[in-house]
Amino acid sequence: MSDPIALFRMMLTIREAELALARLFADGEVPGFIHLSVGQEAVAAGVCAALGPQDSVASTHRGHGHALARGMALEGFFAEVMAKSTGLCGGRGGSMHVADLKRGMLGANGIVGAGPPIALGAALAHRTRGTDGVAVAFFGDGALAEGTMHETLNMAAIWRLPLLLVCENNGWAEFSRSDTQVAVNLPAWTAAYGVPHVEVDGNDVQAVATAAADAVAGLRRGEGPRVIEARTHRWRGHYEGDPQRYRDPEEASRMAEHDPIARARAAMIAAGAAAATLDAAEAEARDAVAAAIAAARAAPPADWMAALNGVYAPAEV
Amino acid sequence: MAELRMVQAVNRALAEALAEDPTVILLGEDIGAAGGPFGATRGLQEKFGPDRVRDTPISEAGIVGAAVGAALSGLKPVAEIMFMDFITLAMDALVNQAAKARFMFGGQRGVPMVLRTPHGGGLSAGPQHSQCLEAWFCHIPGLKVVCPATPADAHALLRAAIADPDPVVVVENKALYAMKGEVEDAPAPLPIGRARIARPGRDATIVAYGAAVHWATEAATALAQDGIEAEVIDLRSLQPWDEATVLDSLSRTHHLVIAQEAVEAFGVGAEIAARMADIGFDELDGPILRVGAPFTPVPFAKELERAYRPDAARIAAAVRRTLD
Ligand SMILES: Cc1ncc(C[n+]2csc(CCOP(=O)(O)OP(=O)(O)O)c2C)c(N)n1
Ligand SMILES: [Mg+2]
Repeated sequence: MSDPIALFRMMLTIREAELALARLFADGEVPGFIHLSVGQEAVAAGVCAALGPQDSVASTHRGHGHALARGMALEGFFAEVMAKSTGLCGGRGGSMHVADLKRGMLGANGIVGAGPPIALGAALAHRTRGTDGVAVAFFGDGALAEGTMHETLNMAAIWRLPLLLVCENNGWAEFSRSDTQVAVNLPAWTAAYGVPHVEVDGNDVQAVATAAADAVAGLRRGEGPRVIEARTHRWRGHYEGDPQRYRDPEEASRMAEHDPIARARAAMIAAGAAAATLDAAEAEARDAVAAAIAAARAAPPADWMAALNGVYAPAEV
Repeated sequence: MAELRMVQAVNRALAEALAEDPTVILLGEDIGAAGGPFGATRGLQEKFGPDRVRDTPISEAGIVGAAVGAALSGLKPVAEIMFMDFITLAMDALVNQAAKARFMFGGQRGVPMVLRTPHGGGLSAGPQHSQCLEAWFCHIPGLKVVCPATPADAHALLRAAIADPDPVVVVENKALYAMKGEVEDAPAPLPIGRARIARPGRDATIVAYGAAVHWATEAATALAQDGIEAEVIDLRSLQPWDEATVLDSLSRTHHLVIAQEAVEAFGVGAEIAARMADIGFDELDGPILRVGAPFTPVPFAKELERAYRPDAARIAAAVRRTLD
């Protein structure tokens, strides 16, 4: 069993960070488009807990949780999304491109379905370089309609690459139910390629962590690709500011029943954890987020000259 | 020194890179056991194994996407797209991922990958196996584009592309694959972005790349019969391109023609013409003229394709017109 308090802390960090982003966005301190993963934190936290520093992750447009769960520092994260020069990407990428290459976090991605082939290439690199590294691609249920998903699973299967595809199945593809867009379900899809599939309760962080640890162990043993389908809920709109006219308000009102953080807390209390310890973890997450935001506010804006000179590697002299 | 066909020069560059650098891998459709549709990778899988010279399924988006991920993860992949026409299926990986990673990740890492692909007509290969689409990639910040006209340059530019820390599209003209030329045994490295004067001349400058270099040279030979000495510049690199060499030539000849096999409208020649009309304005004694393909798809029938393709006669006519 993965360390419950560590998983709890990671989910809290993601939740606090994203709720703070929602406020900053509403106040105009975060420009552009942001897609929050509030309610889906257990997937990012549980999967990334199964990974080591040598492993790689390719993410999606809803990628804040993946980046933070991969260890991206809150300072560089907030400064990036707040378009500051101290952002880990120098304020050139923003929310849809948060990346931390040193930690094998190969980027959130503005293009649906673009991450899986990149993770496939990372898996190929791990294999070719003879490391025991594995690669993970998160993808949404809507992304299954993209051709790259099929190319990726096919290649991973024929080459038996150490690739874990994690479907964050929240039922929605932007403003449409994904079952109106995708004819195949994941068990059938993966079976067609002979790839093992497991479905987990994506709001149960322990279940996700256990499934991921099992899959990653299989990948490290060279058993070929795996697919995890984590059923979860997108609490907020597709993007911040989404009026969600397409959505039954009743669905939204039931969200809290599935809260992965409340569930993890209840499970730990039931197992004998002290409420004070968990309260302290919550306060720490909130403080860390507040400190990162304060640092980002104080940081200089993104630097145009650095951007202009940042398209290619500097010429050798 | 060896006399090699262009396709053999490509093969040699790949073999050298594979031998020198264990992080270099090749990826593509039928490049391994079959040796590549044009033979460019012949013998390499036998020598370097199926993991480093990897046969892929027919999955262009996946091939190039995987090359991006591998390049971000410590390898130097050289992906082959069998015909340049098929690059449409891999545009996202090249344009939105490879080209932008260095910039949008704030310089954390580049994407040291190469995409090799053959362009060009003359083989009755029809509208979907003959196109010259290089201008698309020259338009994308973050990509580099080279297009050799000789076996020596095919070798040197591919070595430079593989050594480059950023993504490079290497466009090989398939009608030139069989062309023979001298390739030195250990040539000095050739930096990307440097043009070559293929033929010196004082009266007019013809800038060309790929197959058009040979048409331009033929045109210059014909013009010389009439006492017109045209200088032919082989661009070699299209992005970045060697503005200084072109401007220097223009400031000696005062007349400029740009020749390309690609569709003339909105092409590489248009960019060169616009730049020279700006920074070379005071040097010009005649209009800058372009010679390229008409605004139609590449036709199949031999007689149609002959009518479609630019040639030496059209280039010579353009030189005469600007000198007029
Ligand atoms: C290639 C591409 N097409 C369309 C979009 C617009 N878009 C962004 S997210 C999204 C829905 C994705 O749904 P899903 O994969 O289920 O992810 P979720 O938003 O539910 O996390 C769409 C259509 C895009 N960014 N990229
Ligand atoms: Mg979804």
